[in-house]
Amino acid sequence: MAASTTINKAGTPIADRIENIRADFPILSRKVNGKPLIYFDNGATAQKPQSVIDAVDKCYTSQNANIHRGVHTLSQEITVEYEKARVTVQKHLNARYSHEIIFTKGTTESINLVATSFGKKFISKGDEIIISVMEHHSNILPWQVICEEKGAILKVIPISDSGELLMDEYKKLLSDKTKIVAVTHISNTLGTINPVKEIIELAHAKNIPVLIDGAQAVPHTSVDVQDLDADFYVYSGHKLFGPTGVGVLYGKEKWLNEMPPYQVGGGTIKTVTFEKTVYADLPLKFEAGTPHIAGGVGLAVAIDYVNEIGLDNIAAYEHELLVYATEALQKIEGLKIIGTATKKASVISFVVEGLHPFDIGTILDQLGIAVRTGHHCTQPLMQRYEIKGTVRASFAFYNTKQEVDEFIIGLQRAIKMLK
Amino acid sequence: MSIQEIENEIVEEFEMFEDWMQKYEYIIELGKSLPLIDAKYKTEDKLIKGCQSQVWLHSELNEGNVLFTADSDAIITKGMVALMIRVLSNHTPDEILNAKLEFVDKIGLTQHLSPTRSNGLVSMIKQMKMDALAYKVKAPNP
Ligand SMILES: Cc1ncc(COP(=O)(O)O)c(C=O)c1O
Repeated sequence: MAASTTINKAGTPIADRIENIRADFPILSRKVNGKPLIYFDNGATAQKPQSVIDAVDKCYTSQNANIHRGVHTLSQEITVEYEKARVTVQKHLNARYSHEIIFTKGTTESINLVATSFGKKFISKGDEIIISVMEHHSNILPWQVICEEKGAILKVIPISDSGELLMDEYKKLLSDKTKIVAVTHISNTLGTINPVKEIIELAHAKNIPVLIDGAQAVPHTSVDVQDLDADFYVYSGHKLFGPTGVGVLYGKEKWLNEMPPYQVGGGTIKTVTFEKTVYADLPLKFEAGTPHIAGGVGLAVAIDYVNEIGLDNIAAYEHELLVYATEALQKIEGLKIIGTATKKASVISFVVEGLHPFDIGTILDQLGIAVRTGHHCTQPLMQRYEIKGTVRASFAFYNTKQEVDEFIIGLQRAIKMLK
Repeated sequence: MSIQEIENEIVEEFEMFEDWMQKYEYIIELGKSLPLIDAKYKTEDKLIKGCQSQVWLHSELNEGNVLFTADSDAIITKGMVALMIRVLSNHTPDEILNAKLEFVDKIGLTQHLSPTRSNGLVSMIKQMKMDALAYKVKAPNP
């Protein structure tokens, strides 16, 4: 096959096997409001391939037991599976050690964990924390809380009208008082791919650690935490085609060792007496209580699935969808795309003059087309653009140009009805 | 007309529509024709916040009947608001409190009243009933 020679990673180009890929996702064949589902809300959560559904199912039908606890066979088996999942996550992010991978319930919990534990130990009155104006509320609120608690100050990197971080402003914000920088890898609203490696380099030049919110990045690109030299990298399993309720915190060993536990209880300890508790080594120190075992196992299967398709293939295919949809949208009168950075993932936010995003979303829903409308949990960013909300279409590798065509027709119909 | 009669009338009107398009076109038309709330009432304390769209609601008592005016920033929500006003406005507090609003289900638009829509409609109906209750409590005993 000629095209495959231009793709150097494993797997056939997606366009050549799109029907097979779509068949792996049972939900894609269902109807919504009598129409075939067109799912363009992948930024909110991604659909699950059959292999992930089967793996979760199997955990409960034939493998269920608690982990790290029992001597019996079932418990041993599932513990091995769960720890194998951790290694899969480690390899996927190219982390140095598997104990640098902490399972959480998602991005939000991962960020709360770092803000709380890192904050407890390293942040005090007058210190500064840097985030950006395009952050998801989950990467704003935990920092606000720790700032309030400690009397620290939140500093915000501004953006250009196209939705790109103003790096000169960022450089000016970095100071001796900065204790941590937390920015998103890819904006869930604008699609902007931020220059995270440069952001980290600049911070490290002043010995400041950096947390990267990878929630929107891992479904679209390959991530190498050692190459980035990220101190913390977080994401949610459900946006990576895995189960809900499971997520990842990657943290450099040295930070995780120095940070106090986030929650405490069963599983986090070596010995407990009423006078003194000795905490367990990583990663268990940060994994209090029984975790989402089937979630972790399912996430590893999702990663295997994505790897089989090939992240380079995915990035190339989605970029094509992005360009195709962007060109079509730009032809619609009165439509304005919010977020026009040069480097973008397959996320398009837009507004239509005189129309409310909610109305557009409601009509599209009648046509079986699922998009997101509103502020996308990025209200400060909406304030930056002085808009109430947007319509957002976000694509995954199982979406097609035909679906984009249907979406454009549906959108034109909605505009005509609403105008 | 009683609230029930208005509800029946709306159900009959909607029976003429052949598909969802016509239904929505009608609601959008209603939304466009809803008399706007007096600008002086479009204030923060009259605002019913939904996550997706917002509704402003004003009520006053006129000769024992509650009059509602309202507005929304989203046109489909506004159309639904217009239907609610047509049904509930200009009735006594008791009638409003007893209204079952079954027409919404009958015209196949229940999904707009699901709390997960977060369009402010559910809260608006609640507010309409609370206003009615407040007028009822305040009214001098006959
Ligand atoms: C950039 C970003 N950060 C954080 C989150 C929160 O993820 P979760 O709700 O899975 O914790 C999201 C999800 O929308 C996101 O897009």
